[in-house]
Amino acid sequence: MIFPALILGVCVPALAADPIRVGEFASLTGASASFGQSAHKGTELAVEEINAAGGVLGRPIELITEDDQSQAGQPATIVRKLISQDKVVAVLGEVASSKSLEAAPICQQNKIPMISPASTNPKVTEVGDYIFRVCFIDPFQGTVMSKFARENGWNKVAVLTDVKQDYSVGLAEFFIKDFLANGGQIVREQKYSTGDKDFKPQLTSIKASQPDAVFVPGYYAEVSLIAKQAKLLGLKVPLLGGDGWVGDSLLKVAGKSLDGSFFSSHFSSDDASPLVRNFVDKFKAKYGEVPDDMAALGYDSAMILAEAIRTAGTTDSGPLRQAIASTASHAGVTGRITLDAQRNASKSAVILTIGDGGFRFVKKVEP
Amino acid sequence: MIEFLQQLINGLSQGAIYALIALGYTMVFGVLRFINFAHGDIYMLGAFAGFYTAPKLLSLTGGGPSYEGAALVLVAAMALCAAAGVIIERLCYRPLRAQPRLTVLIAAIGVSLFLENGGQFFFGADPQAFPEIIADSAIELPASWGDFALLTLTVGQVIVIGSTIVLLAALRTVVMHTRTGMAMRALSLNPLAASLMGVNTDAVISFTFAIGSAMAGAAGILTSIQQPSIDPLMGINAGLKAFVAAVLGGIGNIPGAALGGVIIGVLEALVVGYINPTYRDPLVFAVLILVLLFKPSGLLGKAEREKV
Repeated sequence: MIFPALILGVCVPALAADPIRVGEFASLTGASASFGQSAHKGTELAVEEINAAGGVLGRPIELITEDDQSQAGQPATIVRKLISQDKVVAVLGEVASSKSLEAAPICQQNKIPMISPASTNPKVTEVGDYIFRVCFIDPFQGTVMSKFARENGWNKVAVLTDVKQDYSVGLAEFFIKDFLANGGQIVREQKYSTGDKDFKPQLTSIKASQPDAVFVPGYYAEVSLIAKQAKLLGLKVPLLGGDGWVGDSLLKVAGKSLDGSFFSSHFSSDDASPLVRNFVDKFKAKYGEVPDDMAALGYDSAMILAEAIRTAGTTDSGPLRQAIASTASHAGVTGRITLDAQRNASKSAVILTIGDGGFRFVKKVEP
Repeated sequence: MIEFLQQLINGLSQGAIYALIALGYTMVFGVLRFINFAHGDIYMLGAFAGFYTAPKLLSLTGGGPSYEGAALVLVAAMALCAAAGVIIERLCYRPLRAQPRLTVLIAAIGVSLFLENGGQFFFGADPQAFPEIIADSAIELPASWGDFALLTLTVGQVIVIGSTIVLLAALRTVVMHTRTGMAMRALSLNPLAASLMGVNTDAVISFTFAIGSAMAGAAGILTSIQQPSIDPLMGINAGLKAFVAAVLGGIGNIPGAALGGVIIGVLEALVVGYINPTYRDPLVFAVLILVLLFKPSGLLGKAEREKV
């Protein structure tokens, strides 16, 4: 078990040069540990590659990672520490939108650029011009599953939202807006909180409304239990979800009960492009497992930061911010990344389905 | 109507869990006049005991989920929790018996925090997947029941409710029809008189803790059958709700604990299903406040008059 302590990224010094300190905050332990562990592995792999190739501007990158233990309140504390004590030039994190929203104002205030690998709630980059993300946002992600549902003829959908997570609330809102605007019907809306273990009352209510599908834009820990209990209660319709489903315990806990469900995501490890295959091979060689979205996005976020430092020629906050903001057509493993005026990435999403103990690619959806 | 009955069944199976945990609170209070705040964490220990022993025990009964295997896991968890309860009592509460009530109460809070954080240290803070000890599935009700055939009853729910009834009956037998049970009842009436009558106070108290903890351990296993995601902090919420259940039924009253558990479980299911899931916890704790304001002795408790 990784203890919630300071983990210093060890870097290969190209010269005995002054390292560039980059901070990372992630949920390495706790309920959403899968997110943090994956993102961290991807980021670490990127930093290793960068340093092995000589670093940036002749200096190695020193990755300083802190664990927020999946707990609210922790991101603020550790980001403050990274900025004031470790004097990092930029911050990478977090996956969960609620945690990014906690840390963003602190980075903005201190004029330290922050790049979130996977937070999709639009409010994150609205905090200020020093906050960036390398993934798509929920107004787009909501439409992806809404369109998919209608294409499959599922016109009556029930929605089960996690009220404790900004991500879940936002994604549900965008899904519902798009679904209703295109003639669909939301037959029931139910809620739960992160950390809940029993969903039978909500699922019983949803079952009574006879939906064609159920949209569950939550995180993997609860989704796995929801799927299991839904099957037990005889709710046989497919479940639909978002990128929050991507977690290692999802299938371990849910078993076969998620077979035939669909979710939108950033990355498919089956992608045949050479860039992705190269990344997957290197990741497997280093960690012995196939990378998921969060790992791929962590990798891209670190690569984009490095490129921006190179472009700016300095780690000073103003020019660095400018360089990150002008990232265009970066060839990332999650697609071509261009940051728009709102500092969000306009990218395609992939829809994956679950079966045979793993995820399978269904289709790509362009914005 | 069907939806309502379904929610009742959901509430009943959750309420059974609360009832089992509440028994521990109520028995310890009855005998020692002290709320064991660490009791909810014994429930968590039961779940983890099952998590670690299940693979070996299931392999003894043929490898996969089975009723015999599940029974073995249940007994193992109950035994381990009983031992844990006795050890905690011996080390942390017995030395403080002569101290003011507040001291041992704070010690209990300390034990609770120790178990939770120690659990995070030893078991890891991430939720773990509890192994499948019973192949849970929905039971097909006969079509001749008409509309009622639409109800979904799962094997897990039947086992939880059935096991709870069996354990409650066993407890009642022990308390009402054995000498040790009589000693427990005597101790709860008047400790000094009981010891003057030859009751081994220390042994009976240890026995009370053992039984209460065993019930909580059983609750931990039964819960994990339906909600197979366990983590070291799972005892906090369940322990609090069970405590409310014990107070609702009448703290110190064993049938009261069972009744309180069922009421809280059903109330939760109805609030979540019909009103708003976010009101679930506030409502349960509102019940606690109302009970203490209007009938502090609980539904089945008798107001004790202190004769001066």
